[in-house]
Formats: sequence, C-alpha cells, structure tokens
Amino acid sequence: MTAAFTGTGTLVRLALRRDRVMLPSWIAIVVLMASSSASATAGLYPTTASRVELATANNGTPSLVALYGRVYDPGSLGAVSLLKMTVFGAVAAAIMSILIMVRHTRGDEETGRLELVGATAIGRRAPLTAALLVTAGADLALGALAALGLAGAGLPVAGSLVAGLAWATAGLAFGALAAVVAQLTESARSAIGLSSAVLGAAYLLRAVGDSSDGARRLSWLSPIGWSQQTRPYAGDRWWAALITLAFTAAVTAAAYALVARRDLGAGLLPDRPGPATASAALRGPVTLAWRLQRTAVLAWTLAFLVVGLLVGGIAGNVGDMVDSDQAREFITKLGGQRALTDAFLATEVAFLALGASVFGIQSALRPRGEETAQRAEMVLATAAGRVRWVAAHLTVALAGTALLMAAAGLGAGLGYAGQAGDAHQVGRVLGAALAQIPAVWVVTGIVTALFGLLPRLTALGWAALAAFLLLGEFGTLFGLPQAVRDVSPFTHVPHLPGGQASAAPLLWLLLVAAALTAAGLYAFRRRDLAP
Amino acid sequence: MNTALSVSGLVKDFGRTRALDGLDLTVSTGEVHGFLGPNGAGKSTTIRVLLGLLRADGGSAELLGGDPWRDATALHRRLAYVPGDVTLWPNLTGGQVIDLLGRLRGGLVPRRRDELLERFELDPRKKGRAYSKGNRQKVALVAAFASDAELLILDEPTSGLDPLMEEVFQDCVREERRGGRTVLLSSHILSEVEALCDRVTIIRKGRTVESGTLAGLRHLARTSIEAELAAPPDGLQALPGVHDVRVTGTKVELEVDNADLDAVLRRLTEIGVRGLVSRPPTLEQLFLRHYEGDLAGAGKVER
Repeated sequence: MTAAFTGTGTLVRLALRRDRVMLPSWIAIVVLMASSSASATAGLYPTTASRVELATANNGTPSLVALYGRVYDPGSLGAVSLLKMTVFGAVAAAIMSILIMVRHTRGDEETGRLELVGATAIGRRAPLTAALLVTAGADLALGALAALGLAGAGLPVAGSLVAGLAWATAGLAFGALAAVVAQLTESARSAIGLSSAVLGAAYLLRAVGDSSDGARRLSWLSPIGWSQQTRPYAGDRWWAALITLAFTAAVTAAAYALVARRDLGAGLLPDRPGPATASAALRGPVTLAWRLQRTAVLAWTLAFLVVGLLVGGIAGNVGDMVDSDQAREFITKLGGQRALTDAFLATEVAFLALGASVFGIQSALRPRGEETAQRAEMVLATAAGRVRWVAAHLTVALAGTALLMAAAGLGAGLGYAGQAGDAHQVGRVLGAALAQIPAVWVVTGIVTALFGLLPRLTALGWAALAAFLLLGEFGTLFGLPQAVRDVSPFTHVPHLPGGQASAAPLLWLLLVAAALTAAGLYAFRRRDLAP
Repeated sequence: MNTALSVSGLVKDFGRTRALDGLDLTVSTGEVHGFLGPNGAGKSTTIRVLLGLLRADGGSAELLGGDPWRDATALHRRLAYVPGDVTLWPNLTGGQVIDLLGRLRGGLVPRRRDELLERFELDPRKKGRAYSKGNRQKVALVAAFASDAELLILDEPTSGLDPLMEEVFQDCVREERRGGRTVLLSSHILSEVEALCDRVTIIRKGRTVESGTLAGLRHLARTSIEAELAAPPDGLQALPGVHDVRVTGTKVELEVDNADLDAVLRRLTEIGVRGLVSRPPTLEQLFLRHYEGDLAGAGKVER
C-alpha cells in the first residue's frame, strides 16, 4: 500500500522548485490585495454610517450583488473591506489551484515528463499525491498569510482567520476538482479549460443565487458560494468551510479511484480512429487554425450565449429586488429603474468583456504553443509564410472574441427584451456588447506584440489582463490617479447601455490594437523560431 | 554539376554560445549527401538556417538558387523537410497531417501516398497523440516522400524506426536518387550514411572538418590489419603510422595509416605471414578519429 506513494517527497520538492516563482507571486498578489483593501477601506469609510451607506447601496444594486455578493453586516469594517475581495480571493485561489494541479498531473503526462519520472522508483499514486500536497500547501499558505495580512491591517483576528479559511478551502475544492478533470481529459489545455468552466459555473450559480430573492439556495450549490457564506467579520460562520472540506475530500477520493483505473497517458475515453484523409477544407493555415481552435470557439460561444441570457433575465427583475428604502433612494439618485437596469447591464457587459479577453489571450497564445511544441517548424518549412501563419491564428482570436461578445450581447438583449416586452432592447444591449470588442482586441494585440518581440514572456499577456481587472475593480478604492487607471483599455469603453455613446475612444482603441498586432507580426517575421 | 545548396562560413550565435562557427556545406543536385556530426555539433541549426527558420549571423547560404531567409516561402514549395523529433497535433489523424502538409507545400502524389503508407505499415486513421515516436516519424516521412519536391532535407529522420522500417527508408531514399532528386541526410547512424550517401560532410563544434566522397575520405584514413604470424612479432610499434598494436602470441591486430602500408606489410612478411585480414576503415573509424581529441579532453575533465 505504501509502495504506491513512494517518491512523493521527491516529486513535491521537484514541483516546488519548478513553481518557485509562480506560487509566491500568486500568494503575494492575493495577500497584498486583501490587506490593502482593508487599510484603504478604513481610510475611505472611517465611520459606521459611511460604511452602512456603502454596504446598503451595494446590497440594493443587483449587478453588484451578482458580481461580488452581499455585505452581511453593513456596519462591520471587515465585511465592507472584503466587499470585493471575498469572492475575488476565492476565485484567485481556485485558479491558482487549477493551474498547479493540471501542470503537475496532466501537463507532465502529456509532455511525457511523467513517463520519465514514472519509470523511476515512484509509486502509482505518488504524482497525484505530490500535486495535491503542493496545491494544498499553496492554498494553506495563501489562507494563513492573508489572515495575517488582514489582522495586521487592524481587522479582528477571528474574522481574518475565517476569511483566510474561506479562500484556502475554495482553493482546495477546485484543486481537487482539477485533479479529477485532469484524469478525464487528454490534454492540459482542455483540463484547464474544463476546470475553469466549472469554476465559471460555480461563480455564476452564486451570482444568480445572491442576486435573486427566489433562488437563494442556488448559492449553496457552489463552492464559491460556500466560501462566501463563511461571512468573515459578519457572523464568522466557520461551519460553512466544513462543507467545502467535505466536498474536497469526496472529490479527492474520486481522483484516487480514477488514477487506479487508468493507464499512463490515456484519458478515460478510448481514442476512436479518425478519418484516413483530410477533408478538402483542411488545406491552408486559416483552416488549420480553425480546425485546432473550433472546439474552444464553439464551447465559449455557447457559454457566452447562456450567460448572456441569464444576465438579460436577471436585468428584467432588477427593480423588483430592491428591498430597502435606502436602496430605493439610491436608485432614484441614479436616475430611476431604467437607469438601474442599464447600469446593471453595462456592468455585466464589461465583465463579460474580461471573460472574452481570457479566450482572446488563449487563442492569441496558440502560435506560441505551436512554436514551442515544434509543430510550427513543420508548417513553416512548407510554403505557408510566417505572417500568413500567425495571421491565421489571429483571425480566429479576433473573430472569436467578436463572436463571443456578439453571443453574449444577443443573449442578454433577448433575455431582457423578453422580460421587458420591448424588442427594441435587443439592439441596444447587443450594441453595448459589441462596443467592448476594441478593448478586447487591445489585449490580444498585447499578446501578439509579446509573441513577436519577447516570445519568452508571452505569459505577461495574462499579467496585463489581471492588471486591467484590478485597475478596474480596485483602482478607485486604492485612490489611483486617473492616468494610471487609463492604462487599462477597458477604462475607455463608453458605459453602455445608458451612458454616452461615442465613437472616438473606440477608434483609438482599434488603432492601438492594430499597432500592437502589426508590431508583433513585423517582429515575428524577423526573429528566429524557437526552440 | 549544379549546386542544390551551398553554405559557406556560416555563423550562428545563441546568446553567448556559438552554435555555428564558419561552417561550409555544398550539396550537388541529384546527390544524396550525408551530414554527420555528434549531438550538438550544429547539424539541426544548419538545417534550420537553410529552412529560413533561423537567421544566420554571418556567412552566406544559398538554397535552390535563392536566399533561404528572404525567399523562404517560394523555396519551400520545392523542398520537403522531416524533423528529427516530429510532434503532431494531438487530435488530427496521421492521414490528415500527411494531406495537410502536402497541400501546404503545394502538391502530393496520391498514389505514392497510399503506396508509402503500405510500405511503412502506418495506420493513417490514428490520432496524433496515439502514435509512438517511430510512427510519428513515419507520418513526416510519408508526407515528404509522397511530395514532388526536388530537394529533401532529412534531419536524423530514422530515430525511432525499427530495423525493418530503416530498410524501407533506405529503399525510399534510393528511389529518390534514381528519380533525380537531391537529399540532404543529417545523421549519426554511420551505417545508414555509408549505405546511402554519395558524399559526406563531417562537422564538429559548428565547423566543417571533412568533406568529400566516402572513397576519398577513406583514402586519407587507416586500414585495420589482423595477421597470424610465424613468430611473435616485434618492432611493429616503432614503424611510422602504426597505431593500436595488440599482440596475442603470434597474432597481431593493428591500425595503420594508408600512406605507411608498405613498410608494415614488408615487416610482416619478414616475420612470416600465416593468415591476413585487412579491412578498409569504416566510417565509424573516420568519425571517431575526428573526435578523438574531444574524447581525450572529456577524459581529462573527468579526472
């Protein structure tokens, strides 16, 4: 029995060595965000009255509740401090855990590294155990340091510990989930994609549950919901973390059961033979790029359509959900119920644009993936020119992100129009979604520029998106100057529907996107191909 | 004779390491040219420069009358390339990849494709991730041999092939030569090069150390001799050009530079020869001779 775990220690050390930059960076970012949120909030909202006002406004605005959840104790400095961080911390820990888990299981298996390692004196369960230990260690470190940071910023110790626990357990749950998914899929890419989709669904479940009165119990079906329901500084419900831990234990057991049943390198579904010849369509770089990315494009489009429909459906009920006098007053100040619905849709559309950017980055990174896997070499040794080859993948990235926003906008427009009985809304909401496309293209442009100029640093594309997200969400809280917030392309998109529509910023964004993309293509034309 | 490709004084740096250090290589149209060197000598780097995937830092390279960097796309229509380590798209089948590469290149002979699939015993319906290393290699080989390219650039193409498939590969290369096509075959499998190549170029540490026909190179090298003598030999070691003398009773084995054969044979007949085996130098010996320095050097480091 113990033989199955032989070598776990060695593998843990190897994993820690490989992740020595990634792990501390993730943990440091979450911890810093948490403690700076706490100290910034203490400065901005020093009195209980000011905090109650902010919390009530939040709780009365469904779009904000959908995004961040409720403040369960409006007077509590801690609860108001973590208004955004409660859910962000959980999601960040979950993404970190998914990435670590997949990297050390399916990722290593796919590249054949695990085969090399597995042939040494390593037990059958050692790789999974090592990956679980590293993930759990990272989550616990994240939770402990975050609790320390929050307490250090002057918040109550008990609530800080609960917050740390909430984030750590969310990470554990999704790490375990990724361990199962990594057994089922054949590639690291699809393992990360599928795990992220589950994370997205969990986030969405609690968004719907938190923001609609009739469906509160949906939040209790989601690990992100459990994490929020620990209610740090607002009741400190430790027991909610126990649900997450029980879930984690069950899922981990399933992962071990799968490992015992499976051959190295194989998924659970056997490979079926495919066509012996290529269809007439598969003949150039563009069709190849489409063939390689079509599953991802179709899956993402479907997801965006569904999310759009949900958002549109919620938008129709926004006015009904207002349940306090202060919130009603707040809404009147904002310009009435129509304005409230528009604000909700505008916030959701902006958030969906960040989601579309995730797809855009993945898709624009594809040429780099092909290059490092040395498949690019084989294609570029044929008559396919370099620019044409990259442009083919970019076509999928650009058209794909546009398609996603169109699907989301159409879904939200149809959902809302159906609720409001006003067909005119479809065009308005669709237009709002399409207006985000130039900003998304700036993000893919950054990735393309990195690919041409600094190919080893293409991962900075993710860092850029994370920075844009943080600038948008926390820029005001941290009192960053407008010039810094303007770095994010999403700052410049008109606030639609409802806001002032203006073409000039969109044209500028398109110009920046075009310049970045052209710079990347030009540089790639002139640089050496990896390895 | 026309030149299919020529490289002279080629230099390529990767940061501070110099991968190519004034390398020369000339391949004539219609010949099978062996490109030999130990791991890390710069074979793949040279090929990648010729394919326009890397940009040379110095020297000149000409491929099929064009500039490999500037005219890459046009030139690639006329050549087929097989990398030493083929990676395939995990969810495309071997057959799809063969067709795709053919179309990207601008042509594939369908009958030849089917015939090659049969000869290499390759199942074209398997997905890329399901192939073993040898089978991935076969996918690239079938795509290359089924093309109507005038130049084949093969970078250690048989790594992972079993001996039977190695035989099929050699037949294919011979057919290519009969069809008048040019082949650049990078390899460190010396028997393969000996069996196939008209001329060879041997490189070491990014430089060309020897180039010519196999016969010409052998001429410069040593012959190994095994002799059964009438009496235990003496004085052989002292003769010029004699190396690695091993004496067991009346039996002697030695290596001798071809220029000094006369003196050795004379001495042997003086002692009295009962039996004699002489062998021309193998490519292996040629090869090892050029790297003796490296091996000795490596030995010193270890000590």
